[in-house]
Amino acid sequence: MKAETKPSRKKIEATSLMNRIMADYFLDLDQASASGSRKVAWCTSVGPAELLRALGFAVHFPENHAAMLGATRLATDLIPEANAIGYSPDICSYLTSDLGAYLKGFTPLAKAYPGIAALPKPDVLVYNTNQCRDVQDWFAWYARELGVPCIGITSPKNVNEVTDAHVEDVTRQLEALVPVLAEISGAPLDLARLREVVALSRACTELWKQVLETATAVPAPLTFFDGTIHMGPAVVLRGTPQAVEYYRVLLAELEQRKTTREAAVAGEEYRIYWDGMPVWGRLRQHSELFAGLRASVVASTYCSSWIFPSFDAQEPLRSMAKAYLELFIVRSDAYKERYLAEMMEKFRIDGIVYHDAKTCPYNSNSRYGMPQRLEAETGLPHLVISGDLNDMRCVSDEQTKTNVEAFIEQLEEGK
Amino acid sequence: MSKPVFVGLDIGASRTKVAVMDADLSLIGYAVKKSGTDFGRTASVCLDISLKMAGATRSHVERAVATGYGRANVPFVTKTSKTEIGCLARGCNHFFPGALSIIDIGGQDNKIVKLDAAGRRSSFKMNRKCAAGTGAFLEEMAGRLDIPLEEMNDLARQSEEMVKLGSYCTVFSGTEVLESIRHGKKVSDIVKGIFYSVIKRVLEMDSLTDRVVMTGGVVAHNPYLVRMTEELIGREVLLPKLPQLAGAVGAALYAKAGEAAAVPQPLLRRVK
Repeated sequence: MKAETKPSRKKIEATSLMNRIMADYFLDLDQASASGSRKVAWCTSVGPAELLRALGFAVHFPENHAAMLGATRLATDLIPEANAIGYSPDICSYLTSDLGAYLKGFTPLAKAYPGIAALPKPDVLVYNTNQCRDVQDWFAWYARELGVPCIGITSPKNVNEVTDAHVEDVTRQLEALVPVLAEISGAPLDLARLREVVALSRACTELWKQVLETATAVPAPLTFFDGTIHMGPAVVLRGTPQAVEYYRVLLAELEQRKTTREAAVAGEEYRIYWDGMPVWGRLRQHSELFAGLRASVVASTYCSSWIFPSFDAQEPLRSMAKAYLELFIVRSDAYKERYLAEMMEKFRIDGIVYHDAKTCPYNSNSRYGMPQRLEAETGLPHLVISGDLNDMRCVSDEQTKTNVEAFIEQLEEGK
Repeated sequence: MSKPVFVGLDIGASRTKVAVMDADLSLIGYAVKKSGTDFGRTASVCLDISLKMAGATRSHVERAVATGYGRANVPFVTKTSKTEIGCLARGCNHFFPGALSIIDIGGQDNKIVKLDAAGRRSSFKMNRKCAAGTGAFLEEMAGRLDIPLEEMNDLARQSEEMVKLGSYCTVFSGTEVLESIRHGKKVSDIVKGIFYSVIKRVLEMDSLTDRVVMTGGVVAHNPYLVRMTEELIGREVLLPKLPQLAGAVGAALYAKAGEAAAVPQPLLRRVK
């Protein structure tokens, strides 16, 4: 039985370096757009960023922007703007909050980084539907609104094993993007530069993986909630030396904490896995809720989705295709179950929490019986919480709190 | 000082329930009141009523545990709480040891809690955000039909041809009820349809295993709903003697088990 306990989390020192790197990224993007010195591409989070960087584009990621709208708890006020022009409250709340922000002429970047007045204007919009169909609809709206080209990759879905045929398909699509993008950028693709960028993405991904895997230690030095913040460079600076450098610093700090057994959650008693999107507008509350129950959320599907082991500088386009296809969200339920079972074992998990996000069916894995199947297989209990990534109208804090507390009580009884 | 007592306070969104147990785990006092807007005051009133029934005073309270939505609102009695899911499980296991599926229909939410043969929780489900299938749904529908809530049970019993409501949205169900009124359907048939809708919403939350027990205020006040559930699931439903008290009894049992810290007596004495 738990009396009230004060949550205790230790600040990660590398955060200040990350904040500088992220500020430089946004200011550079703004400068590229304002001066016209470089073309700007908007790209989905697991879109062909390597190709865009190799062609010299400054790259903006609307999903990152939408997550900022969520984390700053502004999204819920912006979403109705998009609803009012026909974009349903039931579709992706990243999409609706980002469109809402545009319609209101607002960006949190302007507040966070003095000097930035607006989002960088795109010269091209590049998507990959490996995330979902909504990203394509999202970019299509901007294409119409801003009169810029919108191109991308239509990815296979429900992929069990990634076969040569799948990889061929996406490689061909990537190859078809090259001349179009080269024309917009004004320079041909330099293969050596692409190899260099892919090598940097690979280095970033390997370091990010090691960062996340420090949480296999007991107690874990890092939580899912930390991960959602520290994954910023892996999302927006993949393929750059800055991201690689950052994760070297972060990894060194976490390895040190591992050695000295510094727990991210003081008195860690329970190790939890989080599947699904973060509830961006409740990140701190959720972090404190779990920590207050001495439960450390040590691993997640979400943070691990930025691990791309297949990047290979020797075969840049083909390996990009493979990496983008190996993404968890594109895979079959059978694959996802195998993956989750392995993660349970690797991170010594006591229980799994599935976030059923109202507006994100693609990242909600609790709707087709998977929690029940996985529980039968692993014997590890599960909890499904209803919520959303950005639309806080879909969140009931009291229900979440009661559910999480009851889940930890259940784990306590089972020990 | 006479014999010590153990108190469970279940401060629900709709009703506050207090149970007082003695050291032999007998329920010797209880009270139920509408929670209202001052959870602390209501809990205090219920505490005094139930202690009086138990022949005890606040000085006899050895330990107390709070549960329910307002579990953090009674620091003057106890700062130790358990979730209502945990307390329901404990309370039902006390009345019916062994594997169980507990269906709790409360004022604001529903729960299905499963216990294994040892009485440990193996899983639980709460209803999602909407009020479908809860006491709040019944209150809303009683309002639409302009009948007192407490008459619903007898009306449903009189039904000869149940009206089926298809929607799981409270607002849409309300529209369906209006449509039935417009078509001249009998109020008793509509009420039975409303009861049926409550049961369906609850049963779709989870599968039921082993023995089934029902708890909560809705069940306590509408025994016909239990009979309908039995018909629907094709087996007997167990009921504690006081179904609305199951969570409060569970909380009192936790208090008795000594897993909670002792109640600081000065805090108890400060209660008005």
